[in-house]
Amino acid sequence: MTVARIASLIALALLIFTPLFLKNFYIFQMTQWMIYAIAVLALNILTGGSGQFSLGQSAFYAVGAYTAAIMMEHMGVNYVFTLPVAGVICFIFGFLFGLPALRLSGIYLALATFALAVAMPQLLKLHFFEHWTGGVQGLVIIKPDPPEFLKSMGLKVSQDMWLYYFTLVVALAIYFASTNLLASRSGRAMMAIRDNQIAANAMGVNVSLYKTLAFGISAGITGVAGALGAIAVAFVAPDSYTINLAIALFLGMVIGGVGWLPGSLAGAAFIVFVPNIAESISKGLSGAVFGVILIIIIFLVPHGARQVAYTAQHLISRIWKSS
Amino acid sequence: MLSFSKTRIAALSTAIIAFAVAGGEAYAQKKYDTGATDTEIKVGNIMPYSGPASAYGVIGKIQEAYFNKVNAEGGINGRKIKFISYDDGYSPPKAVEQARKLVESDEVLLVFNPLGTPSNSAIQKYMNAKKVPQIFVATGATKWNDPKNFPWTMGWQPNYQSEGRIYAKYLMKEKPNGKIAILYQNDDYGKDLLKGFKEGLGAKGASMIAMESSYEVSEPTIDSHIVKLKASGADIFISITTPKFGAQSIKKVAELGWKPLFILNNVAASIGSVMKPAGFENGQDIISANYAKDAVDPQWKDDAGMKNFDAFLQKYIPEANRADGSVMFGYNTAQTMVHVLKAAGDNLTRENIMKQAASLNGVQLEGLLPGVLLKTSATDFAPIEQLQLMRFKGEKWDLFGDVISGEIGG
Amino acid sequence: MELFVNQVLAGISTGAIYACMALAVVMIYQAIDHLNFAQGEMAMFSTFIAFQLMQWGVPYWWTFPLTLIISFAGGVAIERALFKPLGNAPVLVHVAGFIALFAIINSVAGLTWDWTIKQFPTPFGNAPFLGSQLISTHQAGMIGITFLLLVLLFIFFRFTRVGLAMRAAAALPESAKLVGINVSWMIALGWGMASGIGAIAGILIAPVVFLEPNMMGGVLVYGFASAVLGGLSSPFGAVMGGFLVGVFENLVGTYIPGVGNELKLPIALALIVTVLVLKPGGLFGRVAQQRV
Repeated sequence: MTVARIASLIALALLIFTPLFLKNFYIFQMTQWMIYAIAVLALNILTGGSGQFSLGQSAFYAVGAYTAAIMMEHMGVNYVFTLPVAGVICFIFGFLFGLPALRLSGIYLALATFALAVAMPQLLKLHFFEHWTGGVQGLVIIKPDPPEFLKSMGLKVSQDMWLYYFTLVVALAIYFASTNLLASRSGRAMMAIRDNQIAANAMGVNVSLYKTLAFGISAGITGVAGALGAIAVAFVAPDSYTINLAIALFLGMVIGGVGWLPGSLAGAAFIVFVPNIAESISKGLSGAVFGVILIIIIFLVPHGARQVAYTAQHLISRIWKSS
Repeated sequence: MLSFSKTRIAALSTAIIAFAVAGGEAYAQKKYDTGATDTEIKVGNIMPYSGPASAYGVIGKIQEAYFNKVNAEGGINGRKIKFISYDDGYSPPKAVEQARKLVESDEVLLVFNPLGTPSNSAIQKYMNAKKVPQIFVATGATKWNDPKNFPWTMGWQPNYQSEGRIYAKYLMKEKPNGKIAILYQNDDYGKDLLKGFKEGLGAKGASMIAMESSYEVSEPTIDSHIVKLKASGADIFISITTPKFGAQSIKKVAELGWKPLFILNNVAASIGSVMKPAGFENGQDIISANYAKDAVDPQWKDDAGMKNFDAFLQKYIPEANRADGSVMFGYNTAQTMVHVLKAAGDNLTRENIMKQAASLNGVQLEGLLPGVLLKTSATDFAPIEQLQLMRFKGEKWDLFGDVISGEIGG
Repeated sequence: MELFVNQVLAGISTGAIYACMALAVVMIYQAIDHLNFAQGEMAMFSTFIAFQLMQWGVPYWWTFPLTLIISFAGGVAIERALFKPLGNAPVLVHVAGFIALFAIINSVAGLTWDWTIKQFPTPFGNAPFLGSQLISTHQAGMIGITFLLLVLLFIFFRFTRVGLAMRAAAALPESAKLVGINVSWMIALGWGMASGIGAIAGILIAPVVFLEPNMMGGVLVYGFASAVLGGLSSPFGAVMGGFLVGVFENLVGTYIPGVGNELKLPIALALIVTVLVLKPGGLFGRVAQQRV
């Protein structure tokens, strides 16, 4: 059993068992944490996996969220089915965006994705779609109840707890699928593109296909996260999906360690909890405190949580070996 | 023999007295919900201290200072207010998180004056499901006056649709044959005001509208919208804008040499934050409406209420910018909350808080215009519905006409 | 027709704002090969410093150069303290640094000067320019200064040794070191200059949009978009980009029915992305050829 394996098992155990002892509010926060972890993971696949820079994930997140909201409110669809639909719609959306994005790279791709993120709230407010999206007012969603079979088993499960475990299962499924993807031929093709696009092309990798595929997959996963987010918060509005979200997801990726999937958890924790910490230190200067914390982290561990993990792994292995 | 019956009588009367005392105690008994004790009342609040609406964060700071003053002066019926205010950055998901934190983790008695329509829309269902008062919300959206469906949510300021209607009615009287150009902010507040305005114009007035143009908060300047609106040939201009854009609109209209009948909404009518930076000479004869006193208006210089306001600022939050309309807003809302808490006496249940809030019968606040009163009932959850029109002359607003009541929203 | 001309002129005035910012963006790009997300906030902070100096009684024509010097020094200081230590960390980490800087500057400005708008004086006055009520003398002055800056930058990069050294340092740092260029100080210089140009942009923009901590948020987006449209390697392109974006946006808002007004920014950005897809280096820029 390697150190990494043990660490993963401990983490998994914590994720599964802690909520049983927590109040509903903390379970809600953990659910948000999981949801952002999924979104950061998606960005990790795109940037860390295929080397494409994206500041526009909030757009896909928004589309996923609104898909779920519209399906639940206007069409009465069960929340479970909104997830795959959101995923597929966002996959298509991401794939289509990835097509013209093929011609862009680096700073230009950043701007294009940035443009997408900035445009999304305005598109959501468009009066054309108002009947479906609720316009500037947004849509209120009814939070789902735990399924009947739990009650018949005599288990008293709150809405929050049910939603958390539902999210956890989805997150784990996506995580395993993603690690498989990155370890597969397709994953290696993407990483080849990331490292040296011209060489990859020369070796026969279908660069266009894999780049757009990466965008599509990343968008699809982000869409699922968005749908989960909509259900957890029980409300969608254009103001929930601004460029600030895209920037937060980007920071989450950097803090976690670009391309390191388990780091998504650490990155998401940063997004969810550090603003609260900054606020408790100083309300008036919460932005400044946040910035300072961010700088301290990138100074100490520029490669993010991955760097921390590897360092810890080495230390522990050495201690084991010497004992 | 005698002593036996005397004992009996003594015992009986003792019992009766004991009962009476106990019964009396029951009437004077204190009742608490989570968040209230003999010594403390926990008041929750959500404000945008960061993000695009951080200009309004000062409201929370003023309220905190005011509650400090109340505590220093003995508290409310002997209890100190513990004011817990969190930042939501004007983001609805964050507002939901903070509301849940206040209710489930900090266990507040109520959430007071949460700011922003999106944030309040996001938490409304939750607050009502949890039966926690979402009281005196800091937004003028019309939908907060709905006691039947949302008995735990109550507004405070005059709603935007009423304001829009008042302007429309004024126009129908003053310039019924004019042509109107409208600039409005493309969000819930702007659209709400516009809706009220159009409703007030009615079918006949609708033909008066020559052009509407909406803008986004992300636009650096709205100058080009003004150019377009002027080109429509309108002689009436309605500016449904927040302070920065209101100032820009005043400046640009003057620069273009356009002299329409200029109506500016209340949100942007602050002398210190808008009229002065825009240039007093550019703001002459602009029409607006208000329900509260503007701290920079010289006509209130010797007003007792204004003197109290200044004394409060001086002692408890001297760095506050009194020219900022939000400061007076914080003061007025805090006083309203204190009034309701005092009225609840020892029955500090959430239900009683809502009941007291719904029983405001002509309460006067020293920061509101004379004649504007707080009035609520079981079917009317809109405390302030009155506005008074005013015209900008020299360096101040001249109130004119009567205090008007916008029709009840909802 | 008159409406068209009006909108074009109005677009040019707004475009001048974008062009100013775009110049600062290009400047920093030339120096460090990335875009600094905090550029707008730095410009805003410089403008507040100018405001504060004037509050303390310093006359405008002394404030202007003083602010420039302070901004220049500030830019260099930030680079030395923050970004040099980050050194060879991946690009994305630098971007995280820019974001952190943005948050800090915005927050500190808000606390120091509060969030209400302030009036900022203009040396050019606000009278109609050449009798046209559509362009004020201030806006004409803004356009003039932008072009003056452009010319100065052009001369700097093309005809001075320092300018050449800076371009070399940004393009090929290793080779530049080999010929004796102090790459490290070139970068610091670039930051200082970008900060200075940003200060000028802020001082010119504030009279129009009113000074407040969130003043530059929207402007920065347009500045980026304009710079990218014009070509990040070309200051002239950036300025032209600014004017083009301003005019285009206005025409979209005026002539496209229904959605035009609500989607001004998204459509402008869509245009830019389309141009980039067709001409990846921007309208006036050059694409770097990648050698295998």
